[in-house]
Amino acid sequence: MLLRHTTKEVKERKALTVNPAKTCQPVGAMYAALGVHGCLPHSHGSQGCCSYHRSALTRHYKEPVMAATSSFTEGSSVFGGQANLLQAIDNMFTIYEPEIVAVHSTCLSETIGDDLGQIVAKAKDDGKIPEGKHVVQASTPSYVGSHVTGYANMLEAFVKYFAFNTNEKVRQVNLLSGWVEPSDMREIKRIAEIMKVQNILLPDTSDVVDTPMTGKYEMYPKGGTTVKEIVSMGNSMSTIAMGEWCSKKAAIMLDNKCKVPFTMTDVAIGIKASDRFIQALSTAGKVSIPEAISEERGRLLDMVTDMHQYLYGKRVALWGDPDTLIPLTEFLLDLDMKPVYIVSGTPGKRFEKRMSEILCNKLPEAKVKNGPQADMFLMHQWIKEESVDLLIGNTYGKYIARDEGVPFVRMGFPIIDRVGHSYFPTVGYQGAIRILEKMLGAIMDKIDATTPEESFELVM
Amino acid sequence: MVIKKDYTNGLPDPSELKNEILAKYPRKVAKKRAKAMVVNDPEEQQEIAANIRTIPGIITQRGCTYAGCKGVVLGPTRDIINLVHGPIGCSFYAWLTRRNQTRPTEGEENFMTYAFSTDMQDENIVFGGEEKLKEAIREAFDMFKPKSIGIFSTCPVGLIGDDVHAVAREMKAELGINIFGFSCEGYRGVSQSAGHHIANNGIFKHVVGNDNRERTGKFQVNLMGEYNIGGDAFEIERIFEEIGVTLLSTYSGNSTVESFAYSHTADLNMVMCHRSINYIAEMMEEKYGIPWVKVNFIGAESTAKSLRKLADYFGDKELSAKVEEVIKREYAKVKAVADVIRPKVEGKLAMMFVGGSRAHHYQDLFNELGMKTVSAGYEFAHRDDYEGREVIPDIKIDADTRNIEDLVVEKDETHYREDLVKKKAELEKTGYTFKDYQGMMPEMKKNSLVIDDVNHWETEKLIEFYKPDVFCAGIKEKYVVQKYGVPLKQLHSYDYGGPYAAFGGAINFYKEMERMLATDIWKLVDAPWKHEPEIVGCVTADA
Ligand code: SF4
Ligand code: SF4
Repeated sequence: MLLRHTTKEVKERKALTVNPAKTCQPVGAMYAALGVHGCLPHSHGSQGCCSYHRSALTRHYKEPVMAATSSFTEGSSVFGGQANLLQAIDNMFTIYEPEIVAVHSTCLSETIGDDLGQIVAKAKDDGKIPEGKHVVQASTPSYVGSHVTGYANMLEAFVKYFAFNTNEKVRQVNLLSGWVEPSDMREIKRIAEIMKVQNILLPDTSDVVDTPMTGKYEMYPKGGTTVKEIVSMGNSMSTIAMGEWCSKKAAIMLDNKCKVPFTMTDVAIGIKASDRFIQALSTAGKVSIPEAISEERGRLLDMVTDMHQYLYGKRVALWGDPDTLIPLTEFLLDLDMKPVYIVSGTPGKRFEKRMSEILCNKLPEAKVKNGPQADMFLMHQWIKEESVDLLIGNTYGKYIARDEGVPFVRMGFPIIDRVGHSYFPTVGYQGAIRILEKMLGAIMDKIDATTPEESFELVM
Repeated sequence: MVIKKDYTNGLPDPSELKNEILAKYPRKVAKKRAKAMVVNDPEEQQEIAANIRTIPGIITQRGCTYAGCKGVVLGPTRDIINLVHGPIGCSFYAWLTRRNQTRPTEGEENFMTYAFSTDMQDENIVFGGEEKLKEAIREAFDMFKPKSIGIFSTCPVGLIGDDVHAVAREMKAELGINIFGFSCEGYRGVSQSAGHHIANNGIFKHVVGNDNRERTGKFQVNLMGEYNIGGDAFEIERIFEEIGVTLLSTYSGNSTVESFAYSHTADLNMVMCHRSINYIAEMMEEKYGIPWVKVNFIGAESTAKSLRKLADYFGDKELSAKVEEVIKREYAKVKAVADVIRPKVEGKLAMMFVGGSRAHHYQDLFNELGMKTVSAGYEFAHRDDYEGREVIPDIKIDADTRNIEDLVVEKDETHYREDLVKKKAELEKTGYTFKDYQGMMPEMKKNSLVIDDVNHWETEKLIEFYKPDVFCAGIKEKYVVQKYGVPLKQLHSYDYGGPYAAFGGAINFYKEMERMLATDIWKLVDAPWKHEPEIVGCVTADA
């Protein structure tokens, strides 16, 4: 047994987290910053955090992930990290020549109380930021929220710094994509294009963390939202923000700073969330929904009805981030599956509220927990108590999957033992087809592997 | 088409490259980096700047003290709950990411698949986290009933004044199990290296010597600085078993705290990774009189040499005969594979920037294949790992090193091995050497470029200049280098392959080089139309 000490006996915990279902803010800030063109993320703290965050993202994408660090010493930890950051800014612009440096803090610099805004202002005064280049900063202490919070904070920082309302309305819609994969970003852009909605997607990690093999390395790949585009977001007609945890802050900032109103919607996972996204897009872009989109939806529904028998009543345990768990749960219920255990380490009261709204009619008995001590250990204990037919979550689920013999579909962050997430989206109707395909594959592989020989099926 | 330099008459002088690299840096940075890059001359005693703080803003390979302490040294030990005191991230990233294999018996404890954290929140930072830590320890004890708990401090802990050692003492008294803390906050040292030292101190202080177990074998040894990445330690264990040497404990691949506790009953300590573990070896010698020798089980030749060194130490005919028998048999297998692969990779160029010993040890494997190491360096080693242990007295003690407690070790009168001290003295007369690490530089070719703490900019320039056939580094470098069309072999994680230690490992490594270097896949990178003249014409159906 890989997790040989996990028993079904749940004891109340107040202080100990075991096998977390979240990680820390800066990794989210780093990922968001990669979605801006020409941007070099910078971790203001000891070099360990930066090394861990880069490694985590690199393993997930199998792509270069560049970021620098303030490399704190004991001295900077006591007297503050201003000197380190000033020197770092100078070095980064001289050696690595980015357009933008996106600084995020760490637990260490936050605990010390470094004021990033003041340090960056000083860097500017001291002439350490070359003409036409930018340093954007976000406060991302990991003892608040989770990796998702860091993503939201960095995104907010970008629009706060760049977006500008020049009072000339541009016929375009801002899309805040939430923490999704580059494949999803591409898919969002594809859908918007079919809908003929002019848009700016922020961030956009496609063509950044899914670059082609060319024999040449580009430190700043061609993808990413450009400065010009982010500036112009201040002139857009409106914003569609996907996922409250990741995108709401930036949407509010755009509203407050540039008077661009926003619509809050879920990340477009599954049928209904995709429907809402499409409708939001149609309203915001003042366009009608083209037949091609209805056909995509139709193909999804066709597949669902075809395969319903394999999904009906299946018990599922899932863990991950609120923004993806909420629409995913809704999708599973629409498929008549039973998402019985749902866990997220990311705090936020809205999670339970949203979940109970979604679950109350069809599956009120589902166990849902988020925030402190809502971890994979607890979820595993629930599974020990009464098993499930399917697991959906990040790679760490493979230990539970093997111990319990449960089919497993990888979704979320990080996925470090399989490929595909960079290339095949899970958002939109096409994305839902992929989720379905993955779930059916896992469930049916188990049937094929375990069914008695006499009832082994050729056609399924 | 990549045009290669001609290396048949030795390596080219890379001074020009070095200047080009430095030219990009701001003056202060250039001054510092110049000392960390040495154009090697094995005949000279050259000095390299190592274990020096990374300059802020530089994209470095290095990690932190915590990573060295929790991740490297204690991570591979299975019968202990490693509780990380801090915000969630530090614990999350060190969760199962280092591939230390372990083989618990049925029913034995194994906590390595778990991540434990106090997941500090805002209020813990403001009001202190000691109470939460205590509560977490109680909860862990309550649920898992471990025999030991280690507490690892991450960056904020020291600053807010939490005293993990006091908490450990208190909880040890309350729960009656072994509990000890590490002040391994990330900023404490230059790199992971400080964490190794802190971990060594902690284990020595709180564990080693706790169990004065009776002897169980005729020849008892510990293997130190072997972390069982990809099963390396298993390969070595297999040989020890066959030759009749009892391996009491490995620091710390496939290890247990239980075995650390009686590891002081060994007759000899064999040190693989000098950087990460020499402290314990030194302290064991001071306290118990157990001598240590440097060994290396990477490469078939080095493995044979190390086994002979082991046999010579015990001076037992039967053991020596057994060792020779194993070497002869295994060598035949190794040679059979090398004979096939060597012609395919001979003369190819390698460079390696990794760790605190592997950038040195792996050169042996490349040599066996007839490949040339043109440039190498460590991520977190010290001058002695480059220049040899004789420079230790000359190394400046800086503020970072002073941060780490220097344990005062006293002789343990009851368990001190006078017999081993005598044995050592006698062997030394015959030319047998103890604690003899010569470092990487004397073994590298003239004009090879030795670089400490290589960074991203330097990596780019190195690739441009040398156009290597294989680059060895870690996960953060992997895909950068490969985008250039140069295959990268990870020498931390082995790219999820291995084992590469000992004879079986050498065979695996040769085959891996064949896979990476004899493939045609890179030739497909350019699309066929890239090299053809563009098709011109008009776009009509009958054109
Ligand atoms: S916070 Fe400190 S201990 Fe944790 S990863 Fe960062 S540098 Fe290392
Ligand atoms: S110290 Fe904070 S920012 Fe750094 S790795 Fe740990 S949790 Fe993350």
